[in-house]
Parts: sequence; structure tokens; C-alpha cells
Amino acid sequence: MSALSGAASVVGIGATEFSKDSGRSELQLAAEAVRAALDDAGLRPSDVDGLVTFSMDANAEIAVARELGVPRLRFFGQIGYGGGAACATVGHAAMAVATGVADVVVCYRAFNERSGHRFGRVAAGATAAPTSGGIDNGWQYPVGLSTPAATVAMFAQRYLHEFGATSEDFGRVAVAMRRHAATNPRAWFHGRPITLAEHQASRWIVEPLHLLDCCQESDGAVAVVVTSTARARDLPHPPAVITAAAQGSGADQFTMTSYYRDDLTGLPELGLVARQLWAQAGIGPADVQVGMLYDHFTPFVLVQLEELGFCGRGEARHFLADGGIELDGALPVNPHGGQLGEAYIHGMNGLAEGVRQIRGSAVNQVADVRNVVVTAGTGVPTSGLVLAVG
Amino acid sequence: MSAGVAPVADAVQDPAERIREAARRLVEAGDCAPRPARDPVNEPMINNWTEALGDANPAYPGIAPPAMVQVWTMGGLHGQRADDDPLGAMTRVLDEAGYTSVVATDCAQTYARALRPGERLAVRARLTDVAGPKRTALGEGWFVTTVSTWTVDGEPVAEMMFRILKFRPPPPPPPPRQVPRPQVNRDTAYFWEGTAVGELRIQKCGECGALRHPPGPMCPRCGATRPGYVVASGRGEVYSFVVHHHPPLPGREVPFVVALVELEEGVRVLGELRGADPGAVRIGAPVEVDFDRIDDELVLPAWRPR
Repeated sequence: MSALSGAASVVGIGATEFSKDSGRSELQLAAEAVRAALDDAGLRPSDVDGLVTFSMDANAEIAVARELGVPRLRFFGQIGYGGGAACATVGHAAMAVATGVADVVVCYRAFNERSGHRFGRVAAGATAAPTSGGIDNGWQYPVGLSTPAATVAMFAQRYLHEFGATSEDFGRVAVAMRRHAATNPRAWFHGRPITLAEHQASRWIVEPLHLLDCCQESDGAVAVVVTSTARARDLPHPPAVITAAAQGSGADQFTMTSYYRDDLTGLPELGLVARQLWAQAGIGPADVQVGMLYDHFTPFVLVQLEELGFCGRGEARHFLADGGIELDGALPVNPHGGQLGEAYIHGMNGLAEGVRQIRGSAVNQVADVRNVVVTAGTGVPTSGLVLAVG
Repeated sequence: MSAGVAPVADAVQDPAERIREAARRLVEAGDCAPRPARDPVNEPMINNWTEALGDANPAYPGIAPPAMVQVWTMGGLHGQRADDDPLGAMTRVLDEAGYTSVVATDCAQTYARALRPGERLAVRARLTDVAGPKRTALGEGWFVTTVSTWTVDGEPVAEMMFRILKFRPPPPPPPPRQVPRPQVNRDTAYFWEGTAVGELRIQKCGECGALRHPPGPMCPRCGATRPGYVVASGRGEVYSFVVHHHPPLPGREVPFVVALVELEEGVRVLGELRGADPGAVRIGAPVEVDFDRIDDELVLPAWRPR
């Protein structure tokens, strides 16, 4: 147990609708989600003294503060590395709250990722920035490896080779996520489950990834409110206590292209996060009832199950085949449908679902939830949380 | 088709034969009607000409410089060729056949006598030869020769043989492949300078000798900041690969293969695997380096089966 463990809680969650064309600015989405999260927490904008977002978010903390009428900010920051930032926004907020630097911190992510800038397309100018990241991209984009799906496919091909897994093993993740989304009215794919045959028949995006191995592109926003667990007791909802928060970056780390390590079948940065989470929270995988695993592409869900210790290395396919991630499985994963089924909000919608599972208010509620593990973007420097009932 | 020239029968399908047939008719038609000069030979124009050329010959402007003969029958700013002008007619035929570009190749003038201010000229022209198709440095084309005759009151005073090449402009070069261009800095320049000269260079620590790719300024093993490089053998095996189908990418046709290759030297390098059936690529397949020249400034590392 660490000084951070249990000091802060998530007390409010808010979101816009998830769509393919929000029809409004990203700043409006951010402001709406933050206001909804504050309403949910029973707090006012004037209570907020901290804001945290992703470095990829287009809405600066001060812009969001202006829209909300937040009179002062004592703590603000942006976490890098794309979706790897998701849990780290809450982790940073929890550290600020735990140390008294801030009282109420809102973490948010808002984008028009379908109707505006689409991440699935080749990022124009990815190699242009005179930065270390721009240099890194120069080994990848010019030779034609230039979409997120392509970068993940390179890992996935090696994973299949080393462990004898098949595309159907990836497909079982997509089928489960779509099954969960089918009964979630907020999900884009509400009422639209898929079969494994449909997964197999879907067109290639980048072999070995089919279309249905890839998450959606979505418009929307999610915000969560973090304050001290002591204060949380006075607020309307049962707190989702942050019993662990960690970040991780591994040896010879790149963004999506850590191809130069000895082994390509793992996610050592997530393994580092996992070990910290279990140590901080004083629990292990067996103590977790729900997993909110980042599912931008199916293959890394398998690797996360392994790195988090829910199964052995290379054994995730058996875990999946046994129904392990279904709602009645050994570790129900993403009961809301994940980013494959609900929406791609850079992991923040999964984080919000983790809070609902702790509260007992989810549409696909898992019984007797005491601990939820939440992960963030994979293939990049990443982060994780353990949320627990108070 | 201009008036005075019978249309070539549609039955003549071979483009070269159609051109020759049109040429035959124009040659047979002989001289066009004489076209009178707009103005008589005159001193102001002679003075302007000799002044511009710096020709102080005292005979001018009492007589006109012989080389001015073409000047007297120029059409002016808005002048148009006469319908029966054989060069105009032949030009249209060749334009329609795709020989749309033109360059003058020969001009020879012969003067019978000097011209004096006040004389009124007329000019007529005939097509004498159309030769082709010829392969030239400019492209495939036809040499078109005409002879123009200037007269004063019917008296021939000058003649000009004029030859042009009507050619088919070569197809424009394919647009340069637009691929994202790597950022090149002090740490990476050696690599891109290497691909430009057909070398796959791998960073080698100048202190401990560790090989490393992608490179960086400080050796993560010994901390030295003396990076050098070795030229890789270029041989390796596919460590992993993808087949890209969607979305379309600039500068590439889908599907294509990108391979992460482990070189004999032990480091891995990304590149497009070319010349391989995307459906047949396997991990472990032996490959060797290839170089994908995008333009004069960028050569990408690539692979081919070996």
C-alpha cells in the first residue's frame, strides 16, 4: 500500500452522446462533459481547482475553465502519448489531491475524432515536427507503416507466430465487445452484435487485422471528477476509490513502434504498470471482478490479459476461448462494449464505466464488484488504475 | 480542314498515312494566293530595324536590309493566317494527330535584288515536303518544309525555305511519389546519406562498438557520444510484417508489405518488402536490402526476397 492508495476517489462522471458527427466544437463537447461530471458529483465549477487532459486534446485547460466559469486553477497539466494518458489523467489528479495541491480536479477528453481529424488516416505532418517524436516517426511513416492499425498489426503478426494464435482468437475479443455493446443503449453498436464468422469475413485493414479488429472512430467527450476520499463521503454517489494509479514506459520505448526490443509479444510498459497497481492496491488479479481493458485493436487485449496476470504468457487465447472476458466469465472485460462497441474516447469512456461498475449502476452490471482494473492506450507509454468500493 | 484543301478520306485510318495523304494534297495544291503587305517598304521601319541591330551601313534607309523581307509581309499583332496558307493547314493536320509542339529547324533566304522604300510586296507560300515520322530528341515528329516567295508586281524578289519540326511532346514525367519525408538531423543524417549511395548504415558506438537502430546521440550501453556506423551486409530475415490494405496511402499502391527485418548484424530495420507476393510472405523469410528511390533527395530502405 502506498500513500496514494485510497487518498482520492472518482466522484463524478459525465459524457456527451457518442456519435459519428457531434455537430459542435470540440471545446463545446469538453465543456458539456465537464459540466455533466460536476453535476453528477454534486459539485459546482467554482469548486474546481484542477484540470487535467491529454496532450493530444485540442482544448486547453484554460479554455475549458473559461467555458465553465472556473474562477481559479491551482493544478493543470496534459499527459502525453495518446491514449496512454487516459488513466494517468486520474493518476495525476489523485496525486494532486493526495498531496493537497488541489481539492477538486476534473479530467477530460473531447474530440470529433470521426467527423474531424480521424486517427485511422495517415497523420499528415507526423514526420515534420523537429522533435524526438518527429525523428522517431521518420523510421516508420516514410516506408509505409503509417496508421495505428498498421503499427499494431506488426506486433500482432509476431504474436500469432510465436504463440500459434489465429485471427479467430482476436475475433473473440471483437465478438465479446459487440455482444456487451448490444445491450448498452449508449453504445454506437447498441443492438448490433456480430458473429465470429462476420469478424472473419470483414475486410482486411492491415493484415493480420480485419476491419472488426479495429475500434470505431467516434465523436464525443468524457470527464471524471477526482477529489479526496474524505470529501467523497459527503457527495451523492458512492466513491470509486483510487486504490492504485501508475504509469509505465519500458526499455527502448517508442510510441506504437517499440519494435527493437528482444521480444515483440509483450507490453513491458503495461507489465510495469500492472506490478505497481497490484503492489499499491495490495491485491492481485484474483481480487478483480471487472477489467476495463483498452481495446483500440483486439490483439493487445490478449497481451493485456497476460501482462496483468489474468493468464500466462501466450495463453490469452485459451482464456478467451473459455469465455473468460464474457459478462459471466473469469474476468468480465468492458461490460459497456469497450471502444470496439461503445465508442472510442481514448479510453476515458472505459474509465467512466469502471466507476459505474463500482457504483453498481452500469447497464451490464457485474455482480459483487469490489475492485476494477482500468488500463490505458497500449503500444505507447501507458497508465492504469485500480478502482475500489469505498 | 481549311478551305482549298480536300479533306482526307476517313477510310485512311493509319495516322501516318493520313498525314502523308494530307501532305500530298497540299503539295499538289502548290502556291497559295499571294498575300499583299500591309504597308509598302518604308524608311521609318528600316530606321527602326537598323537602329535596333546597330547596323550603320550608309546604304540604309535608301534600300532595305535584305533580311527585312519577312518584316514587310508580317500580319501584325492581330494577323491571322490565310485559310489557304499551306503551313497553317499542315499544322492543323499534325495538331489533330497529336504532334502539337513545334520548333523551327531551318531557314534559308535568297534575295534577288534590293528593295526600296515605296515598293509593295506580296508573299505566297507552298508546301514542298513533309517527312516523318522521325524520332528526335524532342520526341516523335514530322519535318514540314515550305517555300515562300516575295514578289513586287509579280517579279520574284526573295525566296525562303522554312522548315519546322512538329512533334508529339513526350508524356509528362509521372508525378513524383509523395511519401512522408523523414526528419533528418545530426543524429540521423548518416543513415539517409547512406541510403542515397546504396548503403544500409547501422549506428555503431565509437567507444564500445554496440550496434543500434534506430540511432541516437548517446550510447545507451556505455554512455559515449561518439557514434559512428557500419555498413550492413543488407541480408536478414523477416521478423514480422504487415500487409497494408486500407486506407490508401500517398506514394503506394495497396496491398503492399512492410517488413520488420532482423539483419545478420542483429538489429532490426523497417522497410517495404517489394517483389514478394503479399500472400506468401512468412516470418523468417530471407530478404536483402533494396533501395527505394523516391527522388533525388530521398532514398528509403526497402527489402526484396533473396
